[in-house]
Amino acid sequence: MEIMVCVKRVPDSAENEIVVKGDGSDIKRDDLVYSVNEWDNYAVEEAIQIVDRVGGSVTVVTIGNEDSEEVVRREMAMGAHKGLMLVDPAFEGCDGRGMAAILKAAVQQGKYDLVLTGAQADDGAGQVGAMLAALLDWPYASLVNLIEVKDGVLSIGREIEGGNQEINEISMPCVLSIQTGINEPRYVGIRGIRKVASVEIPVLNAGALGLDAAGLGPAGARVKRLDYFVPPAGVGAEMLQGSTDEIAAQLIDLLKAKGGLK
Amino acid sequence: MQPALIAPANAAFVGIPAKIIFILIPLVGIAVFAYIMKHRIEPLLQAAPDPRFSRYPERIRAVIKIWLAQWRHPRYLLAGVLHIIVFFGFLTLAARSTQLVVLGFAADFSLPGFGGAFGHFYSVLKDYAGTAVFICAVILAVRRLAFKPARYDVPERYGQDHTPEAILVLGLICTLLVSESLFDASLVAAQVAKGQPTHFLSPLSLGWFFGHLLGGASLPALQGIHLTAYTIHDLTFFFFLCFLPMGKHFHVITSLFNVFFMRLDYGNVKPVRHGVADSQLDGLKSFGVKKFEDFTWKHMLDFYSCADCGRCSDRCPANRVKRPLSPRFISIKARDRCFKLYPLWGRKPEESQPLIGGIYSEDEIWSCTTCGACEQECPLGIEYIDKMVDLRRGMVDEGMVPQSLQKPLSALEKRGNPWGKMEKKRADWVAGVGDGCTVKLFEKGEAAETLYFVDSITSYDDRMQKIAQATTRILCAAGVDFGVLGKDEKDSGHEVRRFGEEMLFQTLKEQNTEAIQATEVKRIVTADPHAYNALKNDYSNLPPVKHISEIIIESLGSGRLKLKGAENGSKTYVYHDPCYLGRHNALYDIPRRAIDAIPGIRRGEMPADCRDRSFCCGGGGLMLFYEPEEETRMGVVRVKMARDAGADVIVTACPFCLVNIEDAIKVAGLEGKMEAIDLCELIDRHIQR
Repeated sequence: MEIMVCVKRVPDSAENEIVVKGDGSDIKRDDLVYSVNEWDNYAVEEAIQIVDRVGGSVTVVTIGNEDSEEVVRREMAMGAHKGLMLVDPAFEGCDGRGMAAILKAAVQQGKYDLVLTGAQADDGAGQVGAMLAALLDWPYASLVNLIEVKDGVLSIGREIEGGNQEINEISMPCVLSIQTGINEPRYVGIRGIRKVASVEIPVLNAGALGLDAAGLGPAGARVKRLDYFVPPAGVGAEMLQGSTDEIAAQLIDLLKAKGGLK
Repeated sequence: MQPALIAPANAAFVGIPAKIIFILIPLVGIAVFAYIMKHRIEPLLQAAPDPRFSRYPERIRAVIKIWLAQWRHPRYLLAGVLHIIVFFGFLTLAARSTQLVVLGFAADFSLPGFGGAFGHFYSVLKDYAGTAVFICAVILAVRRLAFKPARYDVPERYGQDHTPEAILVLGLICTLLVSESLFDASLVAAQVAKGQPTHFLSPLSLGWFFGHLLGGASLPALQGIHLTAYTIHDLTFFFFLCFLPMGKHFHVITSLFNVFFMRLDYGNVKPVRHGVADSQLDGLKSFGVKKFEDFTWKHMLDFYSCADCGRCSDRCPANRVKRPLSPRFISIKARDRCFKLYPLWGRKPEESQPLIGGIYSEDEIWSCTTCGACEQECPLGIEYIDKMVDLRRGMVDEGMVPQSLQKPLSALEKRGNPWGKMEKKRADWVAGVGDGCTVKLFEKGEAAETLYFVDSITSYDDRMQKIAQATTRILCAAGVDFGVLGKDEKDSGHEVRRFGEEMLFQTLKEQNTEAIQATEVKRIVTADPHAYNALKNDYSNLPPVKHISEIIIESLGSGRLKLKGAENGSKTYVYHDPCYLGRHNALYDIPRRAIDAIPGIRRGEMPADCRDRSFCCGGGGLMLFYEPEEETRMGVVRVKMARDAGADVIVTACPFCLVNIEDAIKVAGLEGKMEAIDLCELIDRHIQR
C-alpha cells in the first residue's frame, strides 16, 4: 500500500512559553523551539505499522521552508521510506484551502492508496485534511483511532462523544485524520536522525506541482486572520485563597452550594 | 605386612582388574567435562569485547577479599556463615578428593607434600572439614525444605521452583562425604579386627562415627563396603563435576574468575562498545544489547556465575515495591536462554531472537533505578547496571521508549532540561537568595575560582530552588568565590545516559564541558549527587568535583563556617543516603559529620537500611517521568523505614530524594508528623552569621 502522511513543523506548546505579539499579527517566534506536530507523529507511526503488515511504502510530505527539513528527517528516522518537501514563497500566507490545494497537487503526482493527516495541529484549525479529501473527491474520516486493512477497503474506528467508539468501512483511496492514542509512536533520537542525514529529500515548488502561484498565498486566501490575542480573564473566575486544606474545604462548600455534590 | 583390606587399585571385578575401571571413570569424566566446557565457552567467544585483562593487583585484592575471604557473605548471617563453612570445606577436601581418584589406580598414592607431619595434620583437617560440610548440607537442606526462605521463591512468571536442583546438589555433597568416610572407616574397622595398627580417625568426625558403627562387621562385608564406597565416591565426584555447568552450581567453577574480572570502579557506565571512542559512535551499526550475543563476555560469565541466592532481588527496591523486575531473574533467564542457544547436543537454533519481548519485557528493564543495591550485595561480583544500560541502549536504538519518557527526552534535546523550560530562566532562582550574598554569572563574563553546577531540577523546580539558594548561602558564608553557568548550563545528562540515550548524553556532555572549560574555574561544587556522579565519573577533562557536604566539612574544619545550636533539639533526624552519593561514590560519613556538627542535634539511623544498604527513594532524573507498574512507591517504603526508626525529620542530600520523600510522606499519610529536608537547607538554617 502506498501511503502519504502530511506533517507539519510547529512550536511545541510544552517546550515554549507562547507570547502574542503586541500588534496581534502572530506569536513571538525569536525564542521558540519547534517539533513535529504531535498528531502527525501518530499518523506516521500508524502508516509505518500498516506497511509493516501489508507491504508498500510511506511518504512523508510537508509544506514549509528549509527549516521544515528537520521534521521530515525525524519522521524518516522513524521509518518513513520517502520524504517530500513543498517549498515556495508563494505558499506563505495560504489559508487552509490553499494548503489543501497544494497537498492535492502533491498527492496527484503519486499513486497513493491512503493519505493520513493528524487530527489537528498545535497551531492550526483542523481543516486541511477534510478539505484535501473534498478537493480530491475521496472519502474522508476524521478522528480515526483504529485502522484494519481488508481487501481493498479499510475498517476504521472513530472516537465519538462520551468515549464511545464507532466502526466504519471506507473504500480506498481515502483520507483519514488520525487521533492521538491510536498507537505508541516510536522514539527517534539524535542517532536515528543522523542515520538518514544524507538521504535526498526532493523539494517541489509551485511550478513543479503545476500550481498557479497567483491563486495561492494571501491573495488566494478566502479566510483571513484579523487578530491574535490572549483572552482577558473572565469575571466568572474566582481564585480560592488559603492553605491546601482551606482551599479544599472552600471548594467542597462551593460544589455543595451549586449542587455539584450532594 | 598385608593390608587389612584389598585397596581399590589391587581389586578385581569378575576377573577384570578394577584398576581399569578406576582409570576409565576419571578419563570419561574429564572428557565429558571438557566437552561441556567447550560448549559453555563458545558463546563467550561470540560476545562483545570487554578489556578486563588489566589492573592485576586490584583484581587479586578483590579475589582475596570477595572470593577467598567471602567478604560479603555474612551480610546474610546464617546463609553466609553456612556458605563460608562449605566453601572452606570444599577447598580443603579438593586435595583429598584428588588423592582418592588417583588411589583407584595407584595404591599408596599421596599428593606431593602431603606425606609426613603435614599429611597427618591434613588428614585431621579434612576429617573435620568433611564433617562440618556434612552438617551444613543437612541444615541447608532442612532450611530449603522446611523453612523455605522467601528469597528463594520463584514467582510463576519466572518459571519453575529451583528447590529440586538445590536438594540434588546437597544430596551429591552428602554422598561424597559419606562415601569418603565409609572408605576410611571400613579400613580402620578391618585393621582393628586384624589387630593391626590403625589409621587415625579424628574423634567425633563422620569417619569416626562410621568406624564405631562398623566395628564387629565381618571382613568380607568391610571389604565390600570399602570398594563400594570408593566406587560411589569416584562416580559421584565425576557426575558432580559434569553437573556443575548445568545450573546454578556452575559458580563453584566460575566464581574465582568472575570475582577476578569483576568491576573495580563504581559510579561509571560502560562505553557503548569497548574500543570505540565517543567520537566514533556514529559508525556503529547497532547500539546496546538486543540479542544475547550483544552482551560482553563478562556479562555472560555473570549469568553462568549466578548462584540463585536471591540477595540482589531481596535488596532491590524495584522488586520490593513489586515492579516487574527481579535482578536475580535477569541473570537466570539469560543463562537459561544461553543454554538453549548453545545446546550441548544437536544443532544450534538458527537465529538469536531479540531479548526484549522474548525473555525480558520493556517495563522490566525500565523499572531499574540504577541504585546499585544489587551489585553491592552480590557475593560473586555480578553486575547489573551496565546490563540495564546496555539493554536500554538497544531499546532506544529500536525506538522502544515509553511515551512518558519521550517528552522529557525531546525537551532535553531542545532546551537542555527535561521540562522544556526556557534556557534564559535557568538562573532565575538567584533572585531568591536574599541579601548579603551575590551569585556571579559566568554567562555575563564574570570570573570565579569555583563553579557551582546546579543542574536542571534544582534550577527550575520551585521547591528545589530552595536547595540552590541554601547552597549559595553556605558557599557565601564559607567565603567561597563562586559562580554559576546560568543559561550555558545544560542538564548533566546523568539519567539520559543511564536510560540508554547515549548520543543525547554525549551532546549534553560536550556542551557542558565546553561551557565549564571556558570559565577556567579551579574546582566544581554541586549539591546534586546525580550531577556530582556525572561530572566525576562520566565526564572527563574537568577540574576536580566536590559535593557540597565536603565543602561544609572543610569549612567547618577551617573555622570559616560556624554552626549554632539545633533549632529543634527534641526532634530525631535520620540521614537517608542518596544512592549516587553513598553506594556509587562512598560518601557516607561526610554528610553525617555535617549533620552532627550542629550542636545538640539528635541523629538516629535506620540500622538495617543505611549506608551501602540504603533503600532507593524511587530514582532521579528521567525516573521522575517514568510511570512504572508498582504496588506502592519506593519512597513510601523508605518513609516507613524512617518512621520505624523513630525519625521526625529525614535529612537527605539530593533534590530527587527530597521530591520523592516529600511526596511519599503525603502518600503515606504522615504529613504533619514527619518532614524531609535537604542537608543544605538544614545547615543553612544553622549558620552562625
